[in-house]
Parts: sequence; structure tokens; C-alpha cells
Amino acid sequence: MELTTVWFVVIAFLWTGYFVLEGFDFGVGMLAPVLGRDEEEHGQVLETIGPVWDGNEVWLITAVGSMFAAFPAWYAGMFSEFYLPVVLVLVGLIIRGVGLEWRSKVSPARRAWCDLGVMAGSGLPAFLWGAIFADLLLGSGLAALLGGLFSFSLCLLHGAVFVTLKTEGPVRRRARTAALAASVAVVATAAPALAGVAQGAATPVWACGLAAMAALAAGVALVWRRRDGWAFTATASAIVLTTAALFGALWPEPMPGLTVAQAASGPYTLGVLTWIGALALPFVLAYQGWTYWVFRKRVTREPVHA
Amino acid sequence: MDALDLARWQFGVTTVYHFLFVPLTIGLGIFVAGLQTAWHRTGKEHYLRLTKFFGKLFLINFAVGVVTGLVQEFQFGMNWSEYSTFVGDVFGAPLAMEALLAFFLESTFLGLWIFGWDRLPKRLHLATIWAAAIGSNLSAYFILAANAWMKHPVGYEVVDGRARMTDLWAVLTNSTALAQVPHVLGASFVVAGGFVIAVSGYRILLERRRSGTDPAMWRTSLRAALVMTAIAGAVVAGSGDMSAKLTYEQQPMKLAAAEGLRHDQNGAPFSIVPGVEVPNLLSFLSTGDPNATVHGIENLQRRFTEQFGPGDYRPNLPVVFWSFRVMIVFGMATVGLSLLGLWLTRKRRSGRPLPAWFARICLLALPLPTIAMISGWLLSEIGRQPWTVTGELLTAASVSPGVSLTEVAVSLAIFTALYGALAVAEAVLLVRYVKAGPEAVEPARPDEDEPATPALQPTLMY
Repeated sequence: MELTTVWFVVIAFLWTGYFVLEGFDFGVGMLAPVLGRDEEEHGQVLETIGPVWDGNEVWLITAVGSMFAAFPAWYAGMFSEFYLPVVLVLVGLIIRGVGLEWRSKVSPARRAWCDLGVMAGSGLPAFLWGAIFADLLLGSGLAALLGGLFSFSLCLLHGAVFVTLKTEGPVRRRARTAALAASVAVVATAAPALAGVAQGAATPVWACGLAAMAALAAGVALVWRRRDGWAFTATASAIVLTTAALFGALWPEPMPGLTVAQAASGPYTLGVLTWIGALALPFVLAYQGWTYWVFRKRVTREPVHA
Repeated sequence: MDALDLARWQFGVTTVYHFLFVPLTIGLGIFVAGLQTAWHRTGKEHYLRLTKFFGKLFLINFAVGVVTGLVQEFQFGMNWSEYSTFVGDVFGAPLAMEALLAFFLESTFLGLWIFGWDRLPKRLHLATIWAAAIGSNLSAYFILAANAWMKHPVGYEVVDGRARMTDLWAVLTNSTALAQVPHVLGASFVVAGGFVIAVSGYRILLERRRSGTDPAMWRTSLRAALVMTAIAGAVVAGSGDMSAKLTYEQQPMKLAAAEGLRHDQNGAPFSIVPGVEVPNLLSFLSTGDPNATVHGIENLQRRFTEQFGPGDYRPNLPVVFWSFRVMIVFGMATVGLSLLGLWLTRKRRSGRPLPAWFARICLLALPLPTIAMISGWLLSEIGRQPWTVTGELLTAASVSPGVSLTEVAVSLAIFTALYGALAVAEAVLLVRYVKAGPEAVEPARPDEDEPATPALQPTLMY
């Protein structure tokens, strides 16, 4: 495989990791006030992502940094074109991050501000990333709206399923109900959104789109049957397949009029980056995976004090 | 006022703001790791309480550093698309390496540290804070290597109007970077040391007023921070001298602007303030030879006009001149304060209380190095103008052509307002925790007197 192809795939992989991991972070952030009826439960919901969300966000930083290094013209073109939406994504990520870190440290009177920040700051990027990529691919406002609604509801579903998997008690029951409710919105938006992504694209993109639909259907059925682990696997797979379809459709022209080859850095840079990535990424995956292992237990109502 | 001006303001505002938090993350992370190591080694309760107390302050600060850093990652593409397209091949590589090699380490292990007090073996838990702190310091190296390349581009060639990297090793071992990394890291430890000095001084005053005694705990943190600040200060001075000599070779206009030197001069004097000069000192500081020629602004302007075509190649002279002086004076004042503190807390005086006047002066140890640090960045980056990449790309040619004045005005307004609000919130939060002291961070009897809010700290694993 050519190095430009390799790096396009690496960047697709990094965005996929970001959407799978932050997908549930966003869903959890949006749903926390709904699933947690009192302060303890609210904390219980957010604790499911507490140790990991910041590491998950680094997938975005790495994806964007890799775009900058490997496809400077794509990086520059995309973020200057979607200027104001990206500003709003950043505003969302800022208020979410600060809200998550500070909510347990501020006085109770100010905690509502942090909770608002977490909720709005999760919702904004959940909607906007879908809208930005749909617009990038299809170049229409309607596509952006549809893509945004799809990614927004998919994050809700994915987050709700994650909470059923990671908690117990009343929160878990409510998360299941929320997942079923979210799945209505997901199903309504998935068909047109995925058809839009796949329209006029090659067969593998169609296949990914259809498989994503199947994974979503399976996910909803598994939520219904209370198979939390499998349901989470299904929603995660749906995100993987959707992102694969998206990047498949973006190949080989990630921006209108700009091919991957035109956007790419020179072979020297791509070569050294490949070595660095190949050496470092396994370690990153290993220690991030280990983090999930350390915090594998379901989160109870009882806050943990050391 | 056009989109270029506002884009520059936005970059300046967001970057300076980001860098208010970064030095604390860099320096305080290591300091907290050191405290936890001391607790691990000695088992003394003091060290654990200090670890948790300063760890909490560290985390409050860390949150803002991370989220404001996100803006930096996107801003090159958003506002400086021409720059990004030109430099991405070279400049993007250290950024990608920073994310892959440093940010993952920092964020993942910090999450483990925060939530792992109960769940990880003690030794492993100690390792997590070190991994996170090393990640922060490593990230500084990569971003400074990228920044140094803008001032002194190496290891590249220009092909079809774009820079192409030819030697990553040259980029990572750029002489400018090797002088700048210890300078900025050292300064970060001075800022972090100053922060701990200020907090410790405040706590000593507060607890003396309350109980009439000097708690040994704050003396410990004060003393440790004084040592850290003094050592880091020496590193800053030494690497600053290296930087000055490199600036003479690589960025003569910046040096001339920083000194307000109009014309080429042999045995150039160092101007302390306009009108007060030390003969031959500038030549000596920039070359090691008191009689060497230092180039003046007007001569360089003529030379650059011949070399690069008509244009104004002078940076904003008053800003560069004065930020240089503010950096030196405020930086040296901080180091002086730390040396004074070391003298006052020396072994032979360990039985005597810290003089109240010095405890009050300690409060200055926070603003002084912070102002020095900001001034240093203004000197460094405004002094680089009108270039984004010295000799290769002008700032005016770097801006995004498709981003309108309105768009930049909107984003500048949003970021400024949001950052202002965050600054106030962070300041309030830090003051609250410093006033409350370690007892609030680690309740001995959790929430006994607040039965209605047993989950006050549900997401917080201390």
C-alpha cells in the first residue's frame, strides 16, 4: 500500500477511535441529568467516564495532529472552511472538560453551571461532528442537519448503552429506557444519513453502510433483551462501520477538488511518521486498554473516598 | 483592522492564556509527583496531605490547560491555513508526535492517578503520576521544537511552494529548540515553584493568625519550592544566555529590536533602559566578544529589503524592547526572592519562625514569574514578526484567505469572553481551596457534618 493510503487509513482509524470512545462520553454527558435523579446518581453516571474521558479526547488531538502532519492541505482546508462550526465544537469541548473536572470541586450552588457545561458541551460536538463531516462529504445544509441529528442520537444511544453496562440499580434501569427511546431517533435518522454517505460511492462503502444499519438494529434488540455487553459491542460496531463508510466515501477526494495525493506531505515525512506510529500506537492501545480493565467494575451509588 | 489583525490578536490572546496554565501543569505535576514519592519513601503523613492538597490545585489548573490547548491544535488550520499548508510537512510532525507520545501518556495516566488511589497498588499508583508528569514535560519538548522551527527553520527544502522535511532529527535537535526547551521548562518550574511559595506563605500567615504556630508542613513545601525555584532559575539564566547568542546568529532583527539598537555597532552597549547603558555588554552577551559587531535595526532593514524585496521587516519595537526588560527584571526578582527565602529558612534557623514580612513577600512569587513568562513569549513571538517562518513565510501570507473578518471577530469575541469567565472561575476555585486548606481536600471523617450532601465529591476519588 502507498504511504498516502496508509495515512488516510490511520487517520480514519484515529477518528473512528475518537467517535467510538467519545461517542459514549458525549452520550453520558448529555444523559447525566436525566439518568441521575439526585446528586449521588448524577455523580454515579458521570463516574462511568470520569477516569477515561480525557484520554479518549486525545484521540481527537492525535487525529487532527496526524491530519496536519500527513495531509496539511486537507487539515487547513477543512478547518478553515468549517470555521464557525469548529469554534462551536471547541466551545463545547472546553465547557464540557472544565465542567467534568470542576463539578466535584465547586460549591454546590455552582455545580449546576458545571452540569450545564457538561450537558451542552457534550451535545454540541455530538451534533456538530456529524454535521461537519456530512457537509464535507455532500456539501448541503440538509445533509449537515441530517448528519448532525444522526450523530447526536447515535451518541445518545451509545452513551445510554454504556451506562447500562457500567452501572447498577435505578440508574441502569433508566439508562435502558433512555437507550430504547434514543434508538427511535437513531433508526429514523440512520437510513437517510447512511444512504447519503453511500450515494454514488463504491461497493465497500455501501456494504459498510448496510452493516452499520444491521449493527444498529442488533444493538436495539440486544438492549431490549438486556444483553448490555453485546449491545455496547453492537453500537460501537455501528459507529466503526459508519465512520468506515464515511472515510471510504471521502476517499480519494477528502475535500472537493483536493485529492489525497495533492494534500499529502512528502514521502520522507510520511515514512518517519509511519515508523513512529507503528512503534508508539501499540503501547498507547495497551495502556489505554489497561485503564478500562482497572476501572472495569460497575459503578455503584456509593461515591468512593480514599 | 482586517481579518489578519484579528487572527493575530486571537492567536496571541488564546496562546498567552493557554500558557498561563501550562507552566503550572509542567512544574506542579513534577512537584506533586515528588511529594508523593517523599510520602512513599518516608511514610510521613505530611507528605500525603501535601500531595493531595497540591494535587487538587494541580487538577483545577490542569483542566483549563487541556481545554485551551485544544484550541491551539485547531487554530493553525482555522486561521492560518496558508501557513499550515506551507509548513505542515515539517511542523505537523512534532505536533502529531506530541499527541501520540505525550498527550496520551499524560491524560491516560492522570485519569488513573485521580481515580486510582483505592484501586491501584501504592507503588503503581505512584508511577501513574510520574508517567502523567513526564508526559506533560515531553509535550513541551515537541511543541517547542515545532515553535523553534518557525524561528530557525532547519532540516527542510521548499518544493512547489511547500516546505518538505528532509531530516526529522535536525528538526528535533534544532539548536534553537535545544536552547529554548530548558529555558521554557526551567521557567515553568520557576512559575510552579512561585505558585507553591505563594500558597505556602499564605498558609503560614493564615495558620499563625489562627493558632499562633508555624505548621511544619507548610515550611516543608515552602522550602522544597524555594529549592526548586532557585535551581530552575539558574537553568533559565543559563539557557537564556544560550538563546541570546543564537538569536544574534539566527534572528538578528529580534536582538536589535530587543536592544533598540538602530545602527550596526562594534562593541555595542547593553541598554538597561533608554539612556542608561553598560558599554560593550551587548556585544559580549551576544557573542562572547566585547568588541564584536552587533547589527542595528536600520542596517538589517536595508539588508532584508535587498534580500526579500520591499517591505517592513521590523517587529513592533516598543513591545519587543520592553517585554525583554520586564522578563529579565521580573524573572530575576523571583529568583532573588527564592534565594532570600533559602537564606531565611536555612538549617541553622530551622528552629525560628519564618519572618512575617517574608511570608507576605511570598505572595509576590506567583505574579512575578508569570509576568516574566508572558513577557518572554511576547519578546520571542512578536520579535519574530513579520515572519511566521523566518526568511520563508510572512505572517501576512499565512492567514486563511477564506475566513472573513466577521468570522474571526465572532470567534475572537467568543474565546475572549469564555476565557475571561474561566479565568475568574479558576481563580475563585483556587482561592477557595487554598483558604480551605488540606482538611477540605481530605476530610478526616467524610461528610459527618453534612449529612444532606454525602455525595459532595462523587466523581472525585480522593
